[in-house]
Amino acid sequence: MIQLISFYLFAALTILSGAMTITARNPVHSVLWLILAFFNAAGLMVLAGAEFIAMLLVIVYVGAVAVLFLFVVMMLNVDFAAMRAGFIKNFPLGLLLALVLLAEIAIGLGAVGAGGIQLGTPDGSAAIPADVSNIKAIGHLLYGKYLFLFEAAGVLLLVAMVGAIVLTHRKRGDVRGQNVSRQIARRPDEATVNMKPEVGQGVKL
Amino acid sequence: MIGIEHYVVVSSILFVLGVLGIFLNRKNVIIILMAIELILLAVNINLVAFSSFLGDLTGQVFAMFVLTVAAGEAAVGLAILVIYFRDRGTIAVEDVSQMKG
Repeated sequence: MIQLISFYLFAALTILSGAMTITARNPVHSVLWLILAFFNAAGLMVLAGAEFIAMLLVIVYVGAVAVLFLFVVMMLNVDFAAMRAGFIKNFPLGLLLALVLLAEIAIGLGAVGAGGIQLGTPDGSAAIPADVSNIKAIGHLLYGKYLFLFEAAGVLLLVAMVGAIVLTHRKRGDVRGQNVSRQIARRPDEATVNMKPEVGQGVKL
Repeated sequence: MIGIEHYVVVSSILFVLGVLGIFLNRKNVIIILMAIELILLAVNINLVAFSSFLGDLTGQVFAMFVLTVAAGEAAVGLAILVIYFRDRGTIAVEDVSQMKG
């Protein structure tokens, strides 16, 4: 019984907050609804027995991506009222497309209900072991069979990080930074000069 | 009894909501990025549900890679957004075609 209640709770809240994400007037509210959607999707995944992915979803999406969105929304001073000008105009076309997509999915589900197609069964190389925890099983798989894919994902993150830094980094002309190597390379004889100016005369450097 | 169909229905509705969000908020690129995140979330729910249903962990490993790509995409997308805003003072994506040259 509790499974049913929690599934319908998580599913309804996920869909509700997804709908509010795309219709909220204020983008900050949109981000907050998106966070709620991620949380409830994580709940759905916990129900399906995938604790690790659920925790990853909370940490990566809520902790990093959603906060990044919030940061950018608040940093950019945008007139969001003008941004919504096309909302009503685009509504019929968007709704039509969404209905077409939903109808296609309904056809697919109907086909599955009528018997479906034979896809074969998993080969068992990644079967979920009964005696170890979900995290341990995924760890074995990630550091074993999928090691190179895992490393490729790390390289991908590195490239994305470098790309984001290179894109947003700018050299400002109006500030004078410290040039450490020049400071260290200076010697006393070139830094100071002994002079004997005439009385009443200035010193010319 | 909750079956695989329930998960597929939830994730497909979420997917369609994401596509609808792209259409409704044509001007606001931040909301478009959020809609893309919703689409990727729907895909992840699907992968995890099928992984659990078939008793095969590959789906969960794949969901992790989708998560990685989504994080990278959000970072680079928002970086592009920030430099575009710095240049123009607006984030209206309709004018992006003027960025040539």
